[in-house]
This record gives sequence, C-alpha cells and structure tokens, in this order.
Amino acid sequence: MRNEMKIQFSALSQNESFARVTVAAFIAQLDPTVDELTEIKTVVSEAVTNAIIHGYENRADGIVCIEAVLDEDRVKLTIRDKGIGIQDLDEARQPLFTSKPELERSGMGFTIMENFMDEVEVISEPSYGTTIHLTKFLAKNKAVIN
Amino acid sequence: MSLNIGLEIKHTVLCIRLEGELDHHTADELRTKVDDILKNKNIEHIMLNLEGLAFMDSSGLGVILGRYKQIKSNHGEMVVCAISPAVKRLFDMSGLFKIIRLEENEEYALQTLGVA
Repeated sequence: MRNEMKIQFSALSQNESFARVTVAAFIAQLDPTVDELTEIKTVVSEAVTNAIIHGYENRADGIVCIEAVLDEDRVKLTIRDKGIGIQDLDEARQPLFTSKPELERSGMGFTIMENFMDEVEVISEPSYGTTIHLTKFLAKNKAVIN
Repeated sequence: MSLNIGLEIKHTVLCIRLEGELDHHTADELRTKVDDILKNKNIEHIMLNLEGLAFMDSSGLGVILGRYKQIKSNHGEMVVCAISPAVKRLFDMSGLFKIIRLEENEEYALQTLGVA
C-alpha cells in the first residue's frame, strides 16, 4: 500500500528535531528496525540542516519542505529548499568538504546520507534551490514472532 | 528532546557529559558553554562522556572536532567515553578516532588523563 505525507516549516534550527521526529513517526508504521529508524532520523537531520545553513544561510523566512512516500518496504524522502543552491555538486558531495569551515561544519552531511540510504539524488540550481531525493529499502526478512 | 550539558572541572580536565540530542541547534549552545570555560579556566584536557546521548548528527562531529582543535593547540588531549553504536558509526565514518581516543567508561578515561 502506498502512503504519503508532506510537511513544510520555517528554516529554523529548532525545527531540525521536529523534522526528524515527525518523519520517524510516519515511517514507524513500516515497523523498521531501531538502526533503520536512527539512519532515517540522521539523514533527515543532515538534509534539513543543509537547507537551513547553506540553502537559506540562516534566513528565517525560508521554507523547508519534506515529502515522504512509503510503498511496500521502500521509503522515499524528498527534502526541498528554495535557497541559493549548490554551485559545485561534485565538490559538495566529497567527504569532509565544507563551504563553511568557519562555522565548524564537519563536511560529512552528504557522506552520511550516502552511507545510510540506498539511493541519493541531488538536484540543485544556483539561486533556485536544492532538492534531495533519498531512498531506502527496509529489511524484509525480519523474524516473525508468533 | 533537547540537550542537557553537564560540565565539571576535575583538576585541569574539563568533564563534559551530554544527555539528549546533539544537532546543529544544540551544538551552538555546547560550543558557547565549553569555549567560555576554555577561555577563562586553566584546562589541559577534555573528557567527553556520551553515555546519555540519544541522537547525534554531523553537526555534533563538527562541534567535537572544533573543541579537539582548541585543546590540541594547547598540547592537550580529548578522550571520549561511553559511546553508543550509532554515534560510534559516525565517528568511524569521519575518521575522528584517528585523533580522539575512545575509552569504555568515564572512570577509566579520567584515569588515563591522570585524574583518579
């Protein structure tokens, strides 16, 4: 069965927790493992933080949009901002690369997304914003307890 | 859930105990509080106890790495202890264990820093 939801919220750092907890609550109906849930919360946190810090450069009037689609054992997340976009995507996806070292960014956001999800697609256009598609297939062969 | 930051100075070791969630939002508060102590007190090493940390993302890695650099510039050491498997994965992924020592628990971590 297909099931989807969409939320949007102000680009404020206090909404990072709201975003990951909300997505995790929606996905809970697929009965994910604790590890899978932690991975999904982490990637949502990474993508939303990127939108706030890099996309909107901490402008509070920005809006971050998250769509989640559940289809059988597949979770598809789309995180979208209408911020400044990414100039060089290949560079941005390098481990430890950060455009804001002065803010003590670790440069691990995209690396974590790639490690924790099965598919990561980034679409970005300077001055139009960034859209990140993240897909994860949840483990099917869980032990069934009768 | 937000972040509770426990700070205690034992001799010249700053003990930081975190409970809750360390993300971009809560990292700012941690940075400000720790930097205030590093600036005003005589601190040689940092012991970071993550036993109560329920969530961390790459912003947490950033703030930990930032404090490491500060303590390192004064020839000090940072020791992390009581780390969860989820947080350990992030440390492994980013290579932080190459520069920050991991110990099983706080008691042992403090012993290695010369504080009983």
